[in-house]
Amino acid sequence: MIITTTHYMLLSAALFTLGIIGVMTRRNVIIILMSIELMLNAVNINFIAFSHQLQNVVGQVFAVFVIVVAAAEAAVGLGIILAFYRNKETVNIDEMGLMRW
Amino acid sequence: MAEAVAFYICAALILGFGALVITAKSTVHSVLYLVADFLCVAALYVMLQAPFLAVIQVMVYAGGIVVLYLFVVMLVNLKRPPEAHSDPRRLGRLGVAMAAAVLVEFAAIFALGWAKPASAGGALSPNNVEQIGRALYTDYLIPFEVASVLLLVAMIGAIVLAKREL
Amino acid sequence: MVEALILPLVKIVIVLVAVLVTVMYIVLLERKVQAWVQVRLGPMRVGPHGILQPLADVLKLFVKEDITPARADKWVFTAAPIIVLVPALIAFAVIPFAGDLTLFGLTIPGRIADVNVGLLYVISVAGIGIYGIILGGWSSNSKWALLGSLRSSAQLISYEIAVTMTLVTVIMLAGTLSMVGIVQAQLAKGWWFGFMQPVAFFIYFVGALAETNRAPFDLPEAEQELVAGFHTEYSGMRFAFYFLAEYANMIVVSTVATTLFLGGWLAPFPNVSWLSFLGLVPGWAWFMLKTFGFLYAFLWVRATFPRYRYDQLMRLGWKWLIPLAILNVVVTGLLKVLV
Repeated sequence: MIITTTHYMLLSAALFTLGIIGVMTRRNVIIILMSIELMLNAVNINFIAFSHQLQNVVGQVFAVFVIVVAAAEAAVGLGIILAFYRNKETVNIDEMGLMRW
Repeated sequence: MAEAVAFYICAALILGFGALVITAKSTVHSVLYLVADFLCVAALYVMLQAPFLAVIQVMVYAGGIVVLYLFVVMLVNLKRPPEAHSDPRRLGRLGVAMAAAVLVEFAAIFALGWAKPASAGGALSPNNVEQIGRALYTDYLIPFEVASVLLLVAMIGAIVLAKREL
Repeated sequence: MVEALILPLVKIVIVLVAVLVTVMYIVLLERKVQAWVQVRLGPMRVGPHGILQPLADVLKLFVKEDITPARADKWVFTAAPIIVLVPALIAFAVIPFAGDLTLFGLTIPGRIADVNVGLLYVISVAGIGIYGIILGGWSSNSKWALLGSLRSSAQLISYEIAVTMTLVTVIMLAGTLSMVGIVQAQLAKGWWFGFMQPVAFFIYFVGALAETNRAPFDLPEAEQELVAGFHTEYSGMRFAFYFLAEYANMIVVSTVATTLFLGGWLAPFPNVSWLSFLGLVPGWAWFMLKTFGFLYAFLWVRATFPRYRYDQLMRLGWKWLIPLAILNVVVTGLLKVLV
């Protein structure tokens, strides 16, 4: 029973799918952001599995960059949610049509 | 064998917690499951001989980002649940398309992607903190600096957005 | 078999028991030290000079009624104390308590594991403990607990930055993240990093006080303002878990300080010939002595300094300690390049 990179790819695809389902079905913006974090993690699993497969450190370096972007995204996204909640008292994404015309 | 057992346990936990994140009723529970999920992913990184990434995962994701989520969930003290009026059929067509794409992806991995297990004793040592540092500060110096600027911008942006009056 | 499985298990049990016993007696010592500072006697009733007081305390906590508040989130309320305690205990996995010992012809490394990212492991594990505090406060469904937990987590996050910055200077000097490697670097340099980096050591000490919610930074449980902080609603064993975690965290920061700044298990003055008898004392004894000295400083500070106000705490952290720590990193880097 040997674990290959394919196993990791399948796991990563499944996790990514879970993230997509979350984004599609939930209406709470905070949970949608968390689903995006799940998807970013799926990407990271792939990066590191391939870093292991190819014996190359670049995959891990890119995973670090993904984590940086995730941190920035979380900070700004949650700031927006807070500002929006202060004005509208809701975190339902269906009621966030302010910038739409 | 031991590796396989560990992998399947980790995978089951990751997917299980992931499913709980997107289905939990209470947002706080959802955040908790997210932390558990990230910790399991960190365990997976250890199995892939990336201890530095595992520790960074725990430190930045579990110890930093998700704490931020928890704070916001606690601050956004909802009077009514946000799921009250949403139409499940509204995204139906998009959902079908997405499901098809995922199916194609799985099929492609199955059909094309049965890779050989990684050869041990390659160029990547399990103690690769130094290698990562070297790569970050030489080949990827400019992306690294751009990432630091991104973090600075995010920091200022978050303060401007969240502070009531500056 | 013996080396791979039984030896680590034995070591884990020894460390766990040692930590729990130390916690019990640090509590007693704290009461005694405070009493002596205030010219009192402290606990005297249970056993000679109150030496059995910790056992009585443990017994009391065991038999006390365990209350879950009505309308509390039961699941989270139960999980929170465990989430606090477990990270505090697993941090000991990478602490090197001694050099290599030889016992029955077997070389035993004096630590549970030497991970090559040991220091980062300690930092990241410490970060997980915040959840227990936030969730404990939130799930109790009580104003005091929630305010206490918000204060506590804000304080922890603020001071973690400064503390991590001081650790960066140590990493720069040692050139490794492994805890054993850091001690060996101090042996090679001939100087303990506490003397090479007095500013970092000072910031670490202040940050450690704040991160373990000790006086003068014990705002999360400021009795006059917040009843008891985030664990107001806890009683019995669950309260004991919080208590245990707080003191276990004190021991963690003390052992980390010993390893990083005070040379771990190394004996002092290795190159002064008439003091060479100090090398006869085993390494683990030096380690315990240094850790104990650091812990005593905690108690001493608590008995001496008044509590900070919340805005003073934040100003100290953000406007003084963090810039100072960053400046220290820059200066260390410059010296490393120039000298």
